[in-house]
Amino acid sequence: MRATTWMGKTHVEVQDVPDPKILNSRDAIVKITSTAICGSDLHLYNGFIPTMRKGDILGHEFMGEVVETGPAVTRLKVGDRVVVPFPIACGHCGACERGLTSVCENSNPNAGMAEKIMGRSPCGIFGYSHMLGGYPGGQAEYARVPFADVGPLKIDDGIPDEQVLFLSDILPTGYMGADMCDLTPGDVVAVWGAGPVGQFAIASARLLGAERVIAIDRFGYRLQMAKDKAGATDVINYEETSVLETLDELTAGRGPDACIDAVGMESHIDVGPLHAYDRAKQVVRAETDRPHALREAIMACANGGVISVIGVYGGFVDKFPMGPFMNRSLRMRTGQCHVHRYMAPLLQRIQAGQIDPSFVITHRMTLQDAPRGYQMFRDKQDDCEKIVLSP
Amino acid sequence: MSVGSSDGTRRLVDGLGWFSLGLGSAQLVAPGVMNRLVGADDDAVSRAVQRWLGGAREVAAGVGIELRRRPVRWLWARVAGDVLDLTMLGAVLGSPRRGRGGRRRAVVATAAVVGVTVADVVAAVRLSRDGGEGDKAVGGIDVKGYITVNRPVGVVFAYWQDVENLPRFMAHLQSVRSLGGGRSRWRAAGPAGVEVEWDAEISGERIDEFIAWRSVGAASVDNSGEVEFRAAPGGRGTEIRVRLTYHPPAGKLGATVAKLFGEAPEQQVRDDLRRFKQVLETGEVVRSEGSPEGPRARRQVFQRPAQPVTS
Repeated sequence: MRATTWMGKTHVEVQDVPDPKILNSRDAIVKITSTAICGSDLHLYNGFIPTMRKGDILGHEFMGEVVETGPAVTRLKVGDRVVVPFPIACGHCGACERGLTSVCENSNPNAGMAEKIMGRSPCGIFGYSHMLGGYPGGQAEYARVPFADVGPLKIDDGIPDEQVLFLSDILPTGYMGADMCDLTPGDVVAVWGAGPVGQFAIASARLLGAERVIAIDRFGYRLQMAKDKAGATDVINYEETSVLETLDELTAGRGPDACIDAVGMESHIDVGPLHAYDRAKQVVRAETDRPHALREAIMACANGGVISVIGVYGGFVDKFPMGPFMNRSLRMRTGQCHVHRYMAPLLQRIQAGQIDPSFVITHRMTLQDAPRGYQMFRDKQDDCEKIVLSP
Repeated sequence: MSVGSSDGTRRLVDGLGWFSLGLGSAQLVAPGVMNRLVGADDDAVSRAVQRWLGGAREVAAGVGIELRRRPVRWLWARVAGDVLDLTMLGAVLGSPRRGRGGRRRAVVATAAVVGVTVADVVAAVRLSRDGGEGDKAVGGIDVKGYITVNRPVGVVFAYWQDVENLPRFMAHLQSVRSLGGGRSRWRAAGPAGVEVEWDAEISGERIDEFIAWRSVGAASVDNSGEVEFRAAPGGRGTEIRVRLTYHPPAGKLGATVAKLFGEAPEQQVRDDLRRFKQVLETGEVVRSEGSPEGPRARRQVFQRPAQPVTS
């Protein structure tokens, strides 16, 4: 089959690789009909996530048709149309039983590697490094899906791929970002990053009753989308205006009740020297992640407010403003999304017409064009927001 | 990982073993350099003495000590060698043809050998006193591991109690066959694919609480283990605490070499327990294309690319 493979820093290739086979009795093989490039794939592309190997198949947002099932699979059958959640979860461990599927205790066979970097291991993830399992991803024609009875969500034939594909990751991830804010009436939410996850965090904050949602980014087209499509009430271009001052003005000095970091480890900042400092430390691996957005969110947040982190971090950050965080009674909620618990309710919202996630799609390509897609998405060429690939 | 009995002695003996290997290698490879270093004449005869009487002897002692083959005898052999060295250095010092530089180097070398001789004697005496003919005093390796399994303690205990289940989660075991009467025959693949077989017996057991076992007879890997089971608080399943003690082939040296190939014992135990948890919670060992055998310490060093497997 054809598959998008990671061949080194900023180098992906579409190659011929063997077709996947059942390895565990609870596996299914899915013939992929739609897949996407995620913002977190750019962290792999840019070489910031350790334990990648040449030839690894990328991609963790995909859907398709079941073409084979292992002997222990009972809920799915050949021919079913499914969306596959990016975290691989067994459904039986303590974490899965509590709904925390992204910290499933059984799905990462390389847990020992993750423990060296993270202390304990999160779940395995499709196409996302060896320390997170060494699973091939879904930017390919076929994928093996472990624990097929636990993860994949069946989709009726009437709904187009583009409306449900993002149930695999970015829609639930954005939604969890807003969900973790525990919004109450009158709450103001600020969202750093108006990429696809940021857009869905904005839309979800509105769905969950936020009074006001403020989008922060440096790309005009993204802020425009946030306002026109996602439902942001205000936007801030941090290259043009001061974020802290604008937030003060919009909230009459209280600050946002909830701040969502939808940026993560490769953040940019309008203060040149600070950015250069973090970039330099990152290059020599003295810090792995640049947390500008997170630092700013902490400084901006209202006293007693929530910092909700859904942007991906890989390792360690510097200059974490612990004093402001502690003294002002802030809370932080984080996590790779527990996609499994959000998929069905979000599918209902899609079917009820409350949200159409396809608004983020700006580019459609064939799988063969993936290398061009990565570059375009990374460099924000042609107002690129989200690329969907069809194998 | 922690290492058993008489830590100070073990470290001293181990240090002397490695010292022998290092010094001996230098003498074997570069006898001329070593001759100049101790202020001796550098000719064909003294090079041969340096290389074969010195180097070969040191390497043999080093290997003997690190392999844990009667290390006490090797330590006394070292002491005898030290005396030989001192005799030769005495000859060097007494020689009238020595320049100032040569004499100074010979004095320094003599002082060094005297120091090492003292260390050798101390180690040999202590090891003899510990009754240490070999492994038990020096090379025993203790490994601990812990895991919580989300199943009732009765189920977890029963699974472990059936020794024939052990190879399903202990990666190195090929088979365990129950022989009845608490005895069983274990077959395993050691580092570098060496196959070993031994008999074991259950040395203690309390239902739903505790199982202990140990190898019996002439096991090539003398080993024992115990596992404790306890209900985790608040319905969180079963807490498991494992402790293994074993004496790998070639002792500490073997363990160190194995570590280089990703076979660190503490990692192995953690991965075995992970597999145990997977088998009990999900029904089987979880495999990925990067780690097709499931969690294995060795695989974490030598990952396959995340691409479908072909075989």
